[in-house]
Amino acid sequence: MADVSDATIVGRGNKDGARLFREWFEGLGAAAAAGRGAAYVFVMGSLAELLRVFDLPIVFPEINSLQTAVRRVAHEYLNEAEDYGYSPDVCGYVKADVATQLRGGDLPMGRIPKPGIAVYTNACNTYIKWAEIWERMYHIPTFTLDIPGTRAAGTQTWPGDSDFANDRRYVEAQLHELIPLLERVSGVGFDVDRLRESMEQANLMSRHWKRVLELNRSRPSVFNALTDGTIYLGVANGFRGLPQGAAYFADLVEEMEYKSAHGIGTITDERYRLIFVGVPCYPIFRRFSEMFTELGGTFVTSTYLRFASGGASRGFEYDTRRPLESLAQGVLISVRDAMDNMFYQTGILLEMVDQFQADGIVYHPIKSCRTVSTGLADSRRALMRQRDVPSLYIESDMMDRRVVSEAQLKNRIDAFFEGLASRERQAAGRQA
Amino acid sequence: MSGLVTFPAWHDRPLDEALYACRELLDDPDYPTVRRWREAGGKVVGHFQVYFPEEIVHAAGALPFKVRGGPVEPAQADSHFGSYLCSIVKSSLELVLSHRIELEMFVTHPICDAARNLAAVWGRNFDYPCQILYLPQNANSAHAAEYLRGEYDRLRRAVEQVTGGHVTDDGLRASLAVFNENRALLRELYALKRATPWLVAAEDAYALMAIGGMIPREEHNALLRTVLPLLRARPAKRQDRIRVAFEGGFCEQPPLDLIRMIGQSCYVVDDDLMIGLRWILDDVAVHGDPLRNLAEAYLEHSSYSPVQHDLRKPKERMLLERLRGADAQAAIVTAAKMCEPGLEEQVAYTRALDKEGVPYFVSEFEENMTSFEHLEVQLETFVENILFE
Repeated sequence: MADVSDATIVGRGNKDGARLFREWFEGLGAAAAAGRGAAYVFVMGSLAELLRVFDLPIVFPEINSLQTAVRRVAHEYLNEAEDYGYSPDVCGYVKADVATQLRGGDLPMGRIPKPGIAVYTNACNTYIKWAEIWERMYHIPTFTLDIPGTRAAGTQTWPGDSDFANDRRYVEAQLHELIPLLERVSGVGFDVDRLRESMEQANLMSRHWKRVLELNRSRPSVFNALTDGTIYLGVANGFRGLPQGAAYFADLVEEMEYKSAHGIGTITDERYRLIFVGVPCYPIFRRFSEMFTELGGTFVTSTYLRFASGGASRGFEYDTRRPLESLAQGVLISVRDAMDNMFYQTGILLEMVDQFQADGIVYHPIKSCRTVSTGLADSRRALMRQRDVPSLYIESDMMDRRVVSEAQLKNRIDAFFEGLASRERQAAGRQA
Repeated sequence: MSGLVTFPAWHDRPLDEALYACRELLDDPDYPTVRRWREAGGKVVGHFQVYFPEEIVHAAGALPFKVRGGPVEPAQADSHFGSYLCSIVKSSLELVLSHRIELEMFVTHPICDAARNLAAVWGRNFDYPCQILYLPQNANSAHAAEYLRGEYDRLRRAVEQVTGGHVTDDGLRASLAVFNENRALLRELYALKRATPWLVAAEDAYALMAIGGMIPREEHNALLRTVLPLLRARPAKRQDRIRVAFEGGFCEQPPLDLIRMIGQSCYVVDDDLMIGLRWILDDVAVHGDPLRNLAEAYLEHSSYSPVQHDLRKPKERMLLERLRGADAQAAIVTAAKMCEPGLEEQVAYTRALDKEGVPYFVSEFEENMTSFEHLEVQLETFVENILFE
């Protein structure tokens, strides 16, 4: 290990993440200026490993849209899309992207290239509807990589099972169909060795990403899963399959191991270790986080870190000796896991409570996203039946500030912390 | 269960009374036909909108019941969901939480982000199997039919476990024949709507079609075989109404009164109401591998909806074809409140209709809405604009 100290290592991940993010957008800006068509993809099953082979600039519209909210201009984009005809009840990410396209790709972070192709999974149904919008706007090819998910809680199938084989064959067949389409759009021939290389990089990233998440079991926790975690997610998606991405996460593991070994936590004086379920409240992102951290709450993990990394948190590593078969298997298992974290999360949360010694769970369903939000109230009821864990259920949105009531959120969050404190006092009283 | 009659109310009744019985059944929140089936010892597999291969359940001797919400307040279900959801997911859960419907198995589909959550939600609340049937979402893959054949085989095994019956290929072929007859009869009903809409009121055509999802299909066939000739023989005369196609009823259903209200000022000559019951457009081949045939039919000989992405079937083009095929003068483009696929499609539909110069009326509905006055005034104004153009 290189010679490190607090000054050189602590906070490095956030700084490097911001730098990589800027570089990524500079690249996209250059591609837009050159009139190059990009591959538009989504965070749950981006297939970046494969797309790298074809030298396509990669655009993640979800990340672009959330950036408009973080930078407090989302309402301008939403209004524009609603004027175009989209209902207030349609996903805010979709609408911000529609407005971005109407603006010729202009975003606060720079200009993005137009799509040359859209490649997406069915992990979120809205992905499919979203791609249909580009199909109509630009008449570009779109490709749905259909990933059959878990049929019922706890019934995942694995290699060796005939039902798994049926799913895997389907995914692999689709990959074989996608490759000629990518060749046609990009003008670049498929090179299996380049695929192996990007898969190797993805393997390294997955291994490190899994380790980073595990390291937050430390007490105090070494990063805030809500705020720091979002930066890491940006890199995990934007740089998947690239050496810079793998190197970033190797460094991040080093930083987190250092912090863990030296008992260095986040800036919060950690009193309560919390799990976050849902999608962050980006329109008031910093304030939303502060409402917890000011009262000693740190988010030690989240389902978001799992599903928004496309299931990379499982740490699946490809066998590059049989690249396409393994890619199919890996995408199937990882994206299925991402979906499980949205639909069947009760058991996952119970495991998290134990592994991370969590004091409470914060459910944050949002108006925009039915994928993530539909089952959360019921999941919470089921969890409460199985375990005595304090939980908070607060609704707002990831994009639309019209449905974000800061005062109401604060009231609920304050009450939740009072409950946590009271519980702590009662426990202390019982021990005395 | 052969010979069991779950819906006797229309038998030996004059046409108007038979139609009344159908409408009453559709609006009955206690689902008496399903109850009678169960009281006779039958098993019920509930399947959520839109399409489900009912033949597999039928071949197992169970009743496939289309879960499509209902006219109930989600008193218990509300606390299981968040705020920003369509009504059908809540009212569907309410039906089972309130024991109006008892099931042996529940199947949902990845039709939308809310519906695909239902397997998990139901599974946390009931002991019987609750699962997702992963209909292929890449309908354009050359491997989709092979995959779907495997998925149907998985479903066959699951249904066998629940019902205790053995689903043989011959049994499936017999079921395909029953459902082929049903599809043919429904095509006749829709042909009648298109050719002579004054012979069948919009709400009657809807009720006749929709109750197919809640009674044994043999009974539905008998009903349609009896009623269709009676409708054709009606002495009703054509009136001066515009011909419209109704779009937006593929999942959550508008209340019967809303359909009646539309039918009072327009001839609804085609629609996508309960399109899952009419998803497969032709007979499914009964020779050869029945599961393969069913899978092929789903992909290759099927209708369209906002919840299926198929590059061969752009929805706006399909809507225009529906309008042309039914010689409709205008479209009623609706969406259930909070229905994301429906609301997204409205944008594409209205832009395509604008381009083609086809008049349209845009609206949202909810299955439990009870007041239509405002909508009625708007629709009448729309109709008058066309009539007096």
